[in-house]
Amino acid sequence: MNACVARFLSRWSAVVLAAATLAAAAATNGIDATRSRVTATFRQMNVPVEGGFKIVRGTIDFDPKNLKAARARIEIDTASFDLGAPEYEAELHGKEWFDTQAYPKASFVSSSVSAVGPNRFEAKGKFTLKGKTQEIKVPFTVRSDGGAWVFEGELPISRRAFEIGSAEWDGTLEDKVVVKFRVTTAH
Amino acid sequence: MNEGARYTGVAISLHWLIALLIFAGWGLGFYMSDLPLSPAKLRYYSWHKWMGVTTFILAVLRVGWLATHSAPRLPRVIPPWQTRAARATHVVLYLLMFVIPLSGWLMSSAKGLPTVYFGVLPIPDLIAKDKAIGDLLAVVHRSLAFGLAALVGLHVAAAIKHQLMDRDGVMGRMVPFLAPPRN
Repeated sequence: MNACVARFLSRWSAVVLAAATLAAAAATNGIDATRSRVTATFRQMNVPVEGGFKIVRGTIDFDPKNLKAARARIEIDTASFDLGAPEYEAELHGKEWFDTQAYPKASFVSSSVSAVGPNRFEAKGKFTLKGKTQEIKVPFTVRSDGGAWVFEGELPISRRAFEIGSAEWDGTLEDKVVVKFRVTTAH
Repeated sequence: MNEGARYTGVAISLHWLIALLIFAGWGLGFYMSDLPLSPAKLRYYSWHKWMGVTTFILAVLRVGWLATHSAPRLPRVIPPWQTRAARATHVVLYLLMFVIPLSGWLMSSAKGLPTVYFGVLPIPDLIAKDKAIGDLLAVVHRSLAFGLAALVGLHVAAAIKHQLMDRDGVMGRMVPFLAPPRN
């Protein structure tokens, strides 16, 4: 290897390294979809039935010392809903349920984040599902795992507010659906 | 001990209650499984599971009762091979009263649709949600149910044969309004 090439390589590797360090220092983090999960637990005649949404995309800016600058933007792939029962899943993609063709994504976009206790936070923001948007409050905890943030929490969502399931289900399926999430940032 | 010609009132009540549950549970199970997803379908599944849990509890009581109150002796005219066949059929019938509800309970857990008795009492999951195990248990549950149907058919046919052809009063031991055996 001649000296010119070596100099060129060392200069560029320094630039790449600097850029990587900067990226790591910046608060914006993409989400590690493989370590993120959203589940929804429905209750029918008091029988809890849990389904998971596998794919979560988004970005999270989070610094516990500067909550004013905290931002979250999370996208959920509605077609990834996995009940573990294929015979029902086909049905749940349909118009009466998630209508995944017309509304392939659900999203949460935060407007503000505040601390509500020791390691307990609350994000306010807009939750959009099946084309309907509601202001919701999302309680969550945070822990650091090998340089990544892990956000966890659960909240009740009204099934009827988003027209998930037609009226004929009202006697059988509870309106309250408990949504649990674990979102891990990439690092 | 039971020295009478008939089964005891408790044994007779348990027999007919369980018979009713087996017929209802079997029919409902057969009907509901091919229905498209609907609120009614999920209701039927819940009812079916409640019937299964009830059958299991009654079967426990029945075996407990049998252990302390033996069945009335069969008429002596019955050939020994028939007595042995009847005994074997009964042992398998009792086993299925336990195993079929158990397989249904495990299948419910594996399918991620746990059993909540009468919508009030959650029966804990012994196994975790697992699609492959759920599908396997569905085949097991269904096959055992068809096996039970065949044995119940044999049991009923034998009872009718004793009543109409042998006229030996065997059926009267379990049916209150029929005459019990005389010897």
